[in-house]
Amino acid sequence: MSAPRATRGTALHAGAWWLWALGLATAASRTTNPLLLGLLIGVAGYVVAARRGDAPWARSYGAFVRLGLIVVAIRLVFACVLGSPIPGTHTLLTLPEVPLPDWAKGVRIGGRVTAEGMVFALYDGLKLATLLICVGAANALANPSRLLKSLPGALYEAGVAVVVAMTFAPNLVADVQRLRAARRLRGRPDRGFRALLQVGLPVLEGALERSVALAAAMDARGYGRTAQVPPAVRRLTSVLTLGGLLGVCAGTYGLLSDTGAGYGLWVLLAGLAAALGGLWLGGRRCVRTRYRPERWGPRACLVAGSGIAVAALMIAANAYAPDALHPPAVPLTAPVLPLWPALCVLAGLLPAFIAPAPPAPAPRGHGAGAPRSAAPFTKEPSR
Amino acid sequence: MIRFEQVSVTYGDAAAPAVQGIDLTVPEGELCLLVGPSGVGKSTLLQAVSGLVPHFTGGTLRGRVTVDGRDTRTHPPRELADVVGTVGQDPLSHFVTDTVEDELAYGMESLGLAPDVMRRRVEETLDLLGLADLRERPLATLSGGQMQRVAIGSVLTTHPKVLVLDEPTSALDPAAAEEVLAVLQRLVHDLGTTVLLAEHRLERVVQYADQVILLPAPGAAPLMGDPAAIMAVSPVHPPVVALGRLAGWSPLPLSVRDARRKAGGLRERLTGATAQGHGGAGATAEAVAVSGSAPAVISGLGVRRGRVEALRRVDLTVAPGETLALMGRNGAGKSTLLTTLAGMHEPTSGTVRVGGRTPHRTKPRALLRHVGLVPQEPRDLLYADTVAAECTAADQDADAPAGTCRALVSRLLPDVADGMHPRDLSEGQRLALALAVVLTARPPLLLLDEPTRGLDYAAKARLVEVLRALAAEGHALVLATHDVELAAELADRVVILAEGEVVADGPTGEVVLSSPSFAPQVSKVLAPLPWLTVPQVARALEARP
Repeated sequence: MSAPRATRGTALHAGAWWLWALGLATAASRTTNPLLLGLLIGVAGYVVAARRGDAPWARSYGAFVRLGLIVVAIRLVFACVLGSPIPGTHTLLTLPEVPLPDWAKGVRIGGRVTAEGMVFALYDGLKLATLLICVGAANALANPSRLLKSLPGALYEAGVAVVVAMTFAPNLVADVQRLRAARRLRGRPDRGFRALLQVGLPVLEGALERSVALAAAMDARGYGRTAQVPPAVRRLTSVLTLGGLLGVCAGTYGLLSDTGAGYGLWVLLAGLAAALGGLWLGGRRCVRTRYRPERWGPRACLVAGSGIAVAALMIAANAYAPDALHPPAVPLTAPVLPLWPALCVLAGLLPAFIAPAPPAPAPRGHGAGAPRSAAPFTKEPSR
Repeated sequence: MIRFEQVSVTYGDAAAPAVQGIDLTVPEGELCLLVGPSGVGKSTLLQAVSGLVPHFTGGTLRGRVTVDGRDTRTHPPRELADVVGTVGQDPLSHFVTDTVEDELAYGMESLGLAPDVMRRRVEETLDLLGLADLRERPLATLSGGQMQRVAIGSVLTTHPKVLVLDEPTSALDPAAAEEVLAVLQRLVHDLGTTVLLAEHRLERVVQYADQVILLPAPGAAPLMGDPAAIMAVSPVHPPVVALGRLAGWSPLPLSVRDARRKAGGLRERLTGATAQGHGGAGATAEAVAVSGSAPAVISGLGVRRGRVEALRRVDLTVAPGETLALMGRNGAGKSTLLTTLAGMHEPTSGTVRVGGRTPHRTKPRALLRHVGLVPQEPRDLLYADTVAAECTAADQDADAPAGTCRALVSRLLPDVADGMHPRDLSEGQRLALALAVVLTARPPLLLLDEPTRGLDYAAKARLVEVLRALAAEGHALVLATHDVELAAELADRVVILAEGEVVADGPTGEVVLSSPSFAPQVSKVLAPLPWLTVPQVARALEARP
């Protein structure tokens, strides 16, 4: 089956992309084999390259990859400077050790850096980086604000707050850049920490003004209209939600402690049911409807399923071949690529073939890159 | 449709009401234009219609405002959302979602309309506003005119009976402004929407209005009536009306077409008279290029910003005392050219010399003496919390003797107290303060980005006087502007940019006369005669009675 072009009508449910990515992330958390982790990164990267559009959020993937590399680097530096609990025999270099007082026993700064310690740190850092890159892939393929649209009505207003906050950050960064550039015009240096401090107040003032303007616009467009709900229903909603959340807390505590294992599960389930009931009742206050909600079709099932399958197969492989998934750092051995787990990871490539393909990139000059670029004016059909 | 009954609004602890004695009715299906100088309460009046005054802004509203029979005292803005659609000056601060289609649907979702109704209305609105090709585009990638049309569309989908717009075309280039006005015309004529609109750039809108409401001065009662009748007494009026008043035409023409029909006699009287230059004190560019003392010399300049090639092969020389206007549509590279001259971008190719130095390699403190830029938002230049502190800081920045900046402020803004906060100044006053701060270092080259945005005609006239005096003192001025009337009045030379390239460069008269979208109203009325502004015509008429 060939994939259709992605339009609003055929677009994949955002939840499917997130399930797929979380599946890959779960798989990554179950192994430290650098070859398998590399394969997971490759799978995520290939799907992103094949299926992302040209919207601003789709470009965030690169940022996540860089973040992953930084995590690996930080992990290596820490292992190098603070030492590693891994006993090792291959000494790479010896850093001068800082003498620490008695009470700081167990902490070491400097000293011997072993190859085993560094390899262990690399595997560990790579695992974290893979998790980040999987989240980045989901972010690039499905705008998180689309996910928020699937929230129940009662949580809608909280969802909007999150979306507004998310669009706020890029504006703030743009403001800081503009004001720092403006400092140059006053003959003051535009770099350095002082420059950043001095633009702080104007930036915050600007941000506050923008928020007030947005709040006014939202109010004038009907945000926060509520339906009349009988007082009894309102009270019942509060009781159910609060009671439900208390039940969830108590149940979780019961499950985790030794004594309450018997009733913990039941309290948890009852609490969950009450909280969901409260949310559902709360939704009746909300008059909102949804414009073209994304449908959960067979393609969404396949995409989500492929991610879940990767996670499930990796968990199964952990029981079947734990050594291959966790190559030991002591003694140093070259990791090998276990055949079956590797094939399982490749199942994650399925979305690159069945998810709707992004539309052809806009012609140059439509300026996907710059908000102020010169897009040709669309003339009115008639005057 | 909209009724004001003895309305007055007083904000917080203000001594006097922002508006008072408003008593008028806007009938259904009219395009009603609200005019008046800055600070007379136009925005307050518009926000009172949507209920934002007083529910959102605070303050006290006396009297009664009813929209389609609903009293705004008992209906907060969200309960009026299905009757009144409000669009502000900056569409970006209006957007809640991130794609065009979602933005159009947002208001309907809030009202709880059925999904099939929403779908149908979004499709209709996409067609009505010519947005069908853009339906899946992220909002951040649209041009200014497209954004403003989406903002209008986003309030239209709820089928409001009243549309309220606060300066919808102020930030737009002439072509984009026409796009937006064409849409408003269609709404009034095809759908019978009542439109209430405030705008400073009357030359763009007054001919479309059915009624004009004039707020003549702060606290004065409004006048409402036929556009031609109101324009005859209005303190703010477009050049075509000024020309009509000068020539004594009655009824006053509001559009270039009406004026041309009556202008036969005037054209005959003017034939043979020579158009006097305006400013025009500058030496010719060629002469200066040879002597090498030009304030700015640009050759083969290319600048990249991200993936966009903002400027390509630009050659330009600015002579001392010359006033140059940069024009072109939004995103054509005007601002980039100015900021490159101020050393904020490194050229990817070619060279820029400002007073013999390369701007991006010169220390800001030294560059200050060669070039000064007043950015689009003059507020960006102001950090201090009083005018006096701002002046002291400017003297220090420029190593000027104490009091230099304050003297400039007193010259540009005679009636500003030392203790005022820059934020409390009006747009025009803030621009003048930023100008004074920049002029403290006496740079021979002065750059201004969109200086007339948000200024009324009186503030604009003051600005023109100040800039003329500066040019006469030998400052070279470069203005990036959409305002064709400003360019006609002030500039010796006009450069038009398109997609980062220079497409026209020559004396103002030649360039603007050859291009219909950049021609000022007077030249359109008097073509083929070479007059550009009303004062020129007045001088010529005085010389030949």
